[in-house]
Amino acid sequence: MGEAAVNAIVARHMGQEGPLLPILHAIQAEFGCIDAEAERIVAEALNLSRAEVHGVVSFYHDFTSRADPRPRVDICRAEACQARGIEAMMPAAVAAAGERVRLGTVYCLGLCSAGPSARVGDTVHARLDEAALVALVLAH
Amino acid sequence: MVRISDDAAALACGADAVAAAFEAAGCTVERVSSWGMHWLEPLVEIDGRGWGPLEPGDVGAVLDDRSPKAIGRIADHPFIARQQRLTFARAGKTRPLSQDDYRASGGWAGLERARLLPQGQIIDEVIDSGLRGRGGAGFPAGIKWRTVAEAPGTRKYIVCNADEGDSGTFADRMVMEGDPFALIEGMAIAGLAVGAGKGFIYVRSEYPHAIAKLRAAIALCSPIIAPFDIEVRVGAGAYVCGEETSLLNSLEGKRGEVRAKPPLPAIEGLFGCPTVVNNVLTLAAVPHILLEGGSAAYGALGVGRSRGTMPIQLAGNIRHGGLYETAFGVSLRELVYDIGGGTASGRPVKAVQVGGPLGAYIHPDRFDIVFDYESYTSADALIGHGGVVVFDDTADMGRLARFAMEFCAAESCGKCTPCRIGAVRGVELIDRIRKGGRPADPVETLAQMHNAAKRGSTRESDITLLEDLCETMKFGSLCALGGFTPYPVLSALKHWPEDFA
Repeated sequence: MGEAAVNAIVARHMGQEGPLLPILHAIQAEFGCIDAEAERIVAEALNLSRAEVHGVVSFYHDFTSRADPRPRVDICRAEACQARGIEAMMPAAVAAAGERVRLGTVYCLGLCSAGPSARVGDTVHARLDEAALVALVLAH
Repeated sequence: MVRISDDAAALACGADAVAAAFEAAGCTVERVSSWGMHWLEPLVEIDGRGWGPLEPGDVGAVLDDRSPKAIGRIADHPFIARQQRLTFARAGKTRPLSQDDYRASGGWAGLERARLLPQGQIIDEVIDSGLRGRGGAGFPAGIKWRTVAEAPGTRKYIVCNADEGDSGTFADRMVMEGDPFALIEGMAIAGLAVGAGKGFIYVRSEYPHAIAKLRAAIALCSPIIAPFDIEVRVGAGAYVCGEETSLLNSLEGKRGEVRAKPPLPAIEGLFGCPTVVNNVLTLAAVPHILLEGGSAAYGALGVGRSRGTMPIQLAGNIRHGGLYETAFGVSLRELVYDIGGGTASGRPVKAVQVGGPLGAYIHPDRFDIVFDYESYTSADALIGHGGVVVFDDTADMGRLARFAMEFCAAESCGKCTPCRIGAVRGVELIDRIRKGGRPADPVETLAQMHNAAKRGSTRESDITLLEDLCETMKFGSLCALGGFTPYPVLSALKHWPEDFA
């Protein structure tokens, strides 16, 4: 991850009030992770300690320290989707994913009236049964 | 003219493919907000009549008017006709990003009237309406606004809490996607009332469609709300950031850790300045209240100290899931059976969780409880953000109680001990209870361990310990995450003890 690229992101958001989260989101989106080097650059630019920046990065589920290039399917496993039987479908989804697809857990996509639901990037899927969930995993 | 929703729930059920099929058949398709009848999505409306749930292959039959999926006039559908929609008055009827539709349906009238009123009167009208915070705590919105208005300081903020993380809730999402201008108008009125020039909407990252709609809407209407200015900020997957003080920390670019109160955010909030923090539904109810006579009309609805309407979200294993806005006072029995149609699986209802992951599980024996803040509080439950999640008789309440503790452990911000450690111990305890206790370990039986239990634990002693732990979490936690996690756990234990055997 290039110092210049990170600095460009920082410069883009410096005018905002409380710019750290928008900066971290932009770095995560561009590089797929926020590594120690990026934390150092951001800390320096915002006049924070590296520990403070690392504390923020490690606090939030959306930020990761290592990139994972595999396709990712996020499955909602909160109460409303549990009520619709998502837990019983998980073994089949895990088997379909294998090592190739990364299955993430989200707690709620706000599609609770039409669960079980899943998200791939910015596309959402609802009313999944086991076959549809497996097909979704295999298609990515 | 064919109208199809572009709400995320409709998209997730395949609305885009249905819209494309209508276009391919030569129709003009207009993308509108969702009516909130999610079991019928994708729902298609032609001249007021509805068909759903449609698949692309149904298009021909709909256009020839021989489709068995016809539901008649949508506005007359019992699910819609029985509602009292104020916050969701435009649902299903307008294009979310159309300024013309918004103004034609009464949009900006509240803001324009508010601009002509003395500052104090805006707040008086909100107080008179009886509007209480819809995020869960139910604090009177007008009192909060007055505190901010009277707080010293030249820089003040309006923060909209759109971190709708509770399972079983989606009303905030539907407002942001379906009627974004209403939320913006509500924030601009709040800004006028308290003297704030800047607003933030903190949206969870799980809602990409809402984020896009809000940003587009703000760009369109910024001249109308000027000099007030609104910025959308995206959360980063932390449930606890729905708690107002941790949300403020997150906005400031810090770990989303809860702050001790006092100081209240109304006095020292964002960047140390007086700040109004209100939920999406609270702010979206404001434009209606600020209409001529709107405050009295709003306050005339409801029961006791719960005034106005509540957008209730029917979710989980329910046949007719969706958005049901009605005056406070409806019973849970009506909601689950008459309106929701019972379970989607057709099996008997075993439990209903009201108020999200921190809400109590309610047994069918207690379904006469009426929907208002005080009734739920006195029944050791909460209405929270108005989510109603139905479970059928296959639900394992012991497992759900364990999940409540597990969720708290995963999402705890770590600031206070009862929540951070208590939730982990809670998971272990529930596991132990379900195994029937444990034998004494070798260290406990050592002669020098004078104060240790010599006989291990039994199921009964572990249940006592769990109740004790819940008591500690309830009264010792800094915020609602640790403080309310005992509700689902204890209610499950009390009403379904057999699931803990």
